[in-house]
Amino acid sequence: MVATMVDRLTLSDSAVDALVAALIRSGRRVLGPQLVRSQGQDRIDIAPLASFADLARDGQAVASAKGAVFPKVERLLHYRYAGKSIELADVEPASPPTVLFGVRPCEARAFAALQAVLNWDSEDKFFSHRLANTTVVAISCTEADASCFCTSVGSRPDDGQGSDILLCRLAHGGYLAKVATSRGQALVELGQGVFQALAAEPELAPAAALAPAFDAKTLPQKLAAHFDHPLWVEQSLRCLGCGACAFVCPTCACFSIEDEADSRQGQRLRTWDSCGLRLFTLHASGHNPRDRQSQRWRQRVYHKFAYYPDRFQTLGCVGCGKCSRACPVDMNLKQHLAEAARTLP
Amino acid sequence: MATTTPNSYKPYLMRIAAITKEAPGVRTFRLEFADAGEGTAFRFATGQFGLYSAFGEGESTFCIASSPTRKGYIECTFRETGRVTASLADKDVGDIIGFRGPYGNVFPLERWQGKHLIFIAGGIALPPLRSVIWNCLDLRERFATMTVVYGARTVNDLVYKHELADWGKRPDMKLVVTVDPGGDEPGWTGKVGFVPHIVEQLAPTAANTVAIVCGPPIMIKLTLPVLAKLGFGKTEIYTTLENRMKCGLGKCGRCNTGRSFVCKDGPVYTLADLERLPAEY
Amino acid sequence: MESLQRKAQELLAAGTVKLVIGYGEGTGVRRRPIFVRTGDQAGSLVLDPACTQNLATYLTKAEVRALGRTALVATPSTLRSILQLAAERQVREENLLALVPLAGTIKELTTFADIEAMVATLPDEIARADQEMLTQLGAMSVVERRAFWEKELGRCVKCYACRAACPMCYCERCTMDNNRPQWVPVASHALGNLEYHVVRAMHLAGRCVRCGTCGAACPHGIPIHLLTFASEGSVRRQFGQPGGASSRPTYALATFKPDDKEDFIR
Repeated sequence: MVATMVDRLTLSDSAVDALVAALIRSGRRVLGPQLVRSQGQDRIDIAPLASFADLARDGQAVASAKGAVFPKVERLLHYRYAGKSIELADVEPASPPTVLFGVRPCEARAFAALQAVLNWDSEDKFFSHRLANTTVVAISCTEADASCFCTSVGSRPDDGQGSDILLCRLAHGGYLAKVATSRGQALVELGQGVFQALAAEPELAPAAALAPAFDAKTLPQKLAAHFDHPLWVEQSLRCLGCGACAFVCPTCACFSIEDEADSRQGQRLRTWDSCGLRLFTLHASGHNPRDRQSQRWRQRVYHKFAYYPDRFQTLGCVGCGKCSRACPVDMNLKQHLAEAARTLP
Repeated sequence: MATTTPNSYKPYLMRIAAITKEAPGVRTFRLEFADAGEGTAFRFATGQFGLYSAFGEGESTFCIASSPTRKGYIECTFRETGRVTASLADKDVGDIIGFRGPYGNVFPLERWQGKHLIFIAGGIALPPLRSVIWNCLDLRERFATMTVVYGARTVNDLVYKHELADWGKRPDMKLVVTVDPGGDEPGWTGKVGFVPHIVEQLAPTAANTVAIVCGPPIMIKLTLPVLAKLGFGKTEIYTTLENRMKCGLGKCGRCNTGRSFVCKDGPVYTLADLERLPAEY
Repeated sequence: MESLQRKAQELLAAGTVKLVIGYGEGTGVRRRPIFVRTGDQAGSLVLDPACTQNLATYLTKAEVRALGRTALVATPSTLRSILQLAAERQVREENLLALVPLAGTIKELTTFADIEAMVATLPDEIARADQEMLTQLGAMSVVERRAFWEKELGRCVKCYACRAACPMCYCERCTMDNNRPQWVPVASHALGNLEYHVVRAMHLAGRCVRCGTCGAACPHGIPIHLLTFASEGSVRRQFGQPGGASSRPTYALATFKPDDKEDFIR
């Protein structure tokens, strides 16, 4: 994403509708959060948008948008058995031009964290190719819920970092569009007049008020000093050791590599994995360095808030709160971290 | 639209050129690159490892057990333990497997120049040290004395038996082999005793000496205090860690221990490095 | 609620139990499992219609077991789980007691026999919405039903929240974890998802206690509990054995009796 000067333009509500329609007509895969009513339970999924009217304007999707660039199953290789030998075939990542429309600013920020690890030292061909073909249009938040904590991790409900275009709701309808990159600019051009120049200083609808629950800057040091603190055992008592938090998390990128084959051919797949699962660190010998859930919980916290900043100069968390909402036993990360910041000397 | 970025997960195809049955369940493969050009271009340094594929089953992590001074092939030694190693153990000379690498950091031979070297290994942990031992032997004039202390449970469990015989005859190195408890070979003339005790008896000098230790956790745990008592400093003791790995590239998260990724910051660590990590390996 | 807090305090103060597992206030309107070990902590216990999660899953979690003799705040399905776990020799009578809210008091059940007697008096119904869904699914053709589940399971990411939340999924090495052989593909593609959930439904046949916690645990709203309800219902109808009715082992699918109604085995 080439950063340019942020252009500020406006869009009326009908103009946004026309923009989405134009994007869909252009053949792009347009994905956005949508309300789904199913068996009496409502949820928000990120799915192909048919029109702007289908976009869930409030709340956020259960899952993250990372599946668009880092899918839950990715084919890495294909091979065929040929006598004693193997015919190996490379795989081209399927990567249709994609627009993530109407995601939250926290979700947009997460791509930088994914990139930090997936392109570390060597470029991941699959992830990079998809990311290069993805444009992110985020909508800033006028509301937050009890799981949100973007302001505790150095961001804001109207943060434009990571968005190619950030749409901010105007007080009297329509949006301010902050176009930050050449990819965003390309959408403006595609929109053909849907975007208007800024006539006067826009009156924005107030962004969500979200007081920070803790100061993430103090965490790396505290965590480093209290590796064996009993807090990690206490906090993880109710943790069931599933992978829900890691899989809905927009910055989690841990994966496994699995072969699936029959007698003639096979494929090597990359699949999502989680440090919360017991098998993650199990050695073939039977030795497991993280055999207890408290060790795995601690790893999750430390990986995101101590090791990541140390190695990649960025937190491994954007404060979206998806982990907390998805957790079957309400492991609220904001609360746990606030407790850690308070309790650890 | 195709991308020109190389696929980091695509392995080299390797032909099994030779198989040596080292010990019960333990084999060494000598592997040659199926593509001669790739073989000629291939470079690695001692200490590095790779991910070896049994196509259809998966990949497994082993060190490269041969020395980079020997061209035209690489070797790996593995014990049949799980799904992938069982499949590899079933293969014959001429079969094709995969290899991705080299990954990881290296033994800093340039820092060891002029020093005495003592290699201490137990059981199936000799393979990672075998690479660096041969590398040093092939550059023998750069180092002072070289000692290898190696032990296994029984004589039959000793790996690289032929090389041990050759090393024992070389005048430019000292080899001490021990078994504990042994008892399977009545004619055994080597030592009997646990490796840490043998090291204590040997009492190598710490002055101007580097110790390279690799073995099962219990052996390492008991050898380190012996070396400390002999005066070895924490930056003079090296080890190579095994860990659960998948990608070898620092991306899948599996080998993350503290701030370290064993596949990138390791597998070679000094004791000083290791003590800075949480004991989650 | 207040009598539950007082009961918990009494039990802990007397040393009758070392731990009370119950519900506490969670984020927003949610409830979360809490682990009360002191009288002060007992003040966090709540009891209301939002307390539905089956807490029996913690009876087989090593870190919780290690805390000592446990009192468990039990919904009807939690009681059935205790019985099923007892039938499968996963819990010992002397290690636990159940706390059941009944007519304004908190009843303590200290034996499996007492729990069985209690369960026999409690309603054994599934939620109406679930019953309606099962009826609808039952009325579908095989093709329609398959399409329904393929669509739902397409959202599954194999996070295993369902398995982790289920009290009956306590195996230390689940079938899914096995790779020699790899019974079910690890990946979360259509086949991998379908096979996992079908195998799980089969492994729960006759054992599911119809708590619905697996479906509630699914972050993507897949009604996965309907599969295990269906397999449990099938065993119940054909063998007359509901899951969680008794602490005495009666494995419908693993027991042969000479008067079995099937004669192909003779």
